[in-house]
Amino acid sequence: MDALLLSRIQFAVTTLFHILFPTLTIGLSLYLVVVELLWLRTKQEIYYRMYRFWVKIFAINFAIGAVSGVVLEFEFGTNFSRFSQAVANVFSPLLAFEVLTAFFLEAGFLGIMIFGWTKVRREIHFLATCLVSFGTLLSSFWILAANSWMQTPAGFEWVNGKFMVKDFMAAIFNPSMHTRIGHMVVASFETSVFVVAGISAYFLLKGRHLDFFRRSLGIALAMAALFAPLQIFWGDRSGLNVYRHQPAKLAAIEAHWETNTTGGAPYIIVALPNAKEERNLFEIKIPHGLSLLVTHSLNGQVKGLKEFPPQDRPNVLVLFWSFRFMVAIGFLFLLVMSWAALLWRKGKLYTYRPFLWALVIVHPLGFLATELGWITTEMGRQPWIVYNVMRTSEGISPIPAGNVLWSLGLFVVVLPAIGAIYFYYLLKALRRGPDLSSPIPSIQRPIGMQVLSGTDMK
Amino acid sequence: MMDLVTVWACLLGLVFILYVVLDGFSLGVGLLFPSARSEHERDLMMNSIAPVWDANQTWLVLGAGAVFAAFPGVYGVLFPALYIPLVTLLFGLIFRGVTFEFRANATRKQLWNRAFFIGSLIAVVSQGLTLGGVISGTTVMEGQFAGGSFDWLTPFSVAVGIALVAGYVLLGATYLIIKTSGRVQERAYRQAFWSAIIVLGFQILVTIWTPLHYPKVWATWINPPRIYFIWMFPAMGLTAFFGLLISLKARCEILPFIFTVILFLAGYLGLVTSLYPHAVPPTITFREAAAQKETLQLALWGVLIVLPVVLAYTLYSYSVFRGKVQEGEYHY
Repeated sequence: MDALLLSRIQFAVTTLFHILFPTLTIGLSLYLVVVELLWLRTKQEIYYRMYRFWVKIFAINFAIGAVSGVVLEFEFGTNFSRFSQAVANVFSPLLAFEVLTAFFLEAGFLGIMIFGWTKVRREIHFLATCLVSFGTLLSSFWILAANSWMQTPAGFEWVNGKFMVKDFMAAIFNPSMHTRIGHMVVASFETSVFVVAGISAYFLLKGRHLDFFRRSLGIALAMAALFAPLQIFWGDRSGLNVYRHQPAKLAAIEAHWETNTTGGAPYIIVALPNAKEERNLFEIKIPHGLSLLVTHSLNGQVKGLKEFPPQDRPNVLVLFWSFRFMVAIGFLFLLVMSWAALLWRKGKLYTYRPFLWALVIVHPLGFLATELGWITTEMGRQPWIVYNVMRTSEGISPIPAGNVLWSLGLFVVVLPAIGAIYFYYLLKALRRGPDLSSPIPSIQRPIGMQVLSGTDMK
Repeated sequence: MMDLVTVWACLLGLVFILYVVLDGFSLGVGLLFPSARSEHERDLMMNSIAPVWDANQTWLVLGAGAVFAAFPGVYGVLFPALYIPLVTLLFGLIFRGVTFEFRANATRKQLWNRAFFIGSLIAVVSQGLTLGGVISGTTVMEGQFAGGSFDWLTPFSVAVGIALVAGYVLLGATYLIIKTSGRVQERAYRQAFWSAIIVLGFQILVTIWTPLHYPKVWATWINPPRIYFIWMFPAMGLTAFFGLLISLKARCEILPFIFTVILFLAGYLGLVTSLYPHAVPPTITFREAAAQKETLQLALWGVLIVLPVVLAYTLYSYSVFRGKVQEGEYHY
């Protein structure tokens, strides 16, 4: 094992671990904004209780996201120092702006959001929630701008092995930036509201705090009804973007080997791609499907993987399958939401047990889809660290493999342990259920508050 | 008129001293954690930093980001050179950070009490080793790190590591004096006194050791322009030290922390003026390590616009949580 492979594995391990937490932070903060807005507008006590319940999960999740994110800011330097030195002129201000505009905003107002109940008025508290949520979006903006630049670099000149800035606006708003931000932010929203929906459905199935979790579920599903179809839209946009700007990646995702010169390219649903033999050992396909999907015409030409020299191709097998599982989850969520729409019309949304069980079963899948999406896009960028300009092997730090083996070993032990402990305390907090009785600080109590009805207090 | 590189070097200096002071007291409270006598006292100590530690730590992330943006020649050389202490620092910060939430949710808190102390200790010692390693010098060839994995490990860097423990204990103790009362505060007065003595001892040691270790420093001290003002920093440090002792004796609450910050500032300014213009001693200067002009300009605009806002709401956040910390206050 060399330092290159080990560093790539380490970056993958730390990123895949880290991204789970921001995904929930981004989405759950929006959910909390909605809940607190309802509390401010309706003055119904139940919304205050809902906020206090879901913010517990938010807080523990945020902390792990924050500490695991610091690791990434350092890894560019420790493990990919040649990359860092080459791209710094264009790439690094985006990371610095993320810290400056987003991390401080989140960290600064999180304290008020979690601990500020007795210290600030309710409007100020709501403002703090909004600012934290806004911070998570700003963070997504900068980090995806930076990541997209590595995928579709723009606004630079390549001089003596270094990227020199020509146009910052072109670098930030690079060709894949818009679709990738849309795709990731909506992924976070969708994942999070399905998490809330799944947990709420579980409590409803157990018959605990019915009113409380009906409202929680109702808000979550209303939001999911928006996000599930929206994500299909962003997915489609992302696919088109990859077709336009990263043809080798697209060909690998679709296991499309030969450029179609006559007739349309088929869409391969299931296949066993073999990179050595440059063909699929087995495939089920829809004629003209791929041409229709990415060129919107029956016989549109789609470049095959064989157009690119073998050393410039990403891993077909991984991309083909990670992409398909991600898409399958996206459509599964859409299906669940169609079912929800039917039940809602019949007035059985909160009581139909098979549906509630389905929500419980699918609720963690958003995380899986997000991970698979990142695997697809990042492994699809290989062998480039900056697409078509700089190879990953050229970006590595001049350090011995032993260093990386040591740190990777520690990460592989420590991160899952922290993940497991996180999960343990999360379940513990959930099992306790919502706190419906402790007094509301007087500074938070509005005039004309509607107190909780007795039925939910049991 | 200062040029861009100088402005950025100063800004970076500002970011790092803000980190040292702010996370210094948070980590210092962690270092003092084992001295608490009861779960109640530990709750108080933890609550005194719970609403602010994450924002404090963010200054380190900004520091790393700013080095990357403004001085990629430093980021790309020092980070691989200091691979082991930096990764160790990250693990320390991870343990320290997750403890806040895990301990709050745990019924048996013992494990997390220990993790909080050990995480803080690992973070502080590895910061000291990192700093000591930077001062000790880095082997560079053609703009890339070219040394060994353990070059940073010298008697000097170990001394700096221990010194930083004493320094952060002092910051933590003087912060606890502000935020607590009763027995925790009384103990913090004693802890501040003893750690102040040790800090002064180390500052004298490092002041003598640095020129011995690094002969060029001595030459810069005794020649113009530094000879005109370099003496100011030890003078400032000694003044702050005696001010600190007097204010501790008089049982002042705010002044000990302020004097501690001045003491840190004196040591810090003395250090950076000794090393300047070198960013990676003994070879690379800030100018050689700087990013291209357009990048420095853009990032500077960002900082000039956003940093004042950040400082304003950070102050606001501190003012929301001002005053003595109460038991059971920050339950959620």
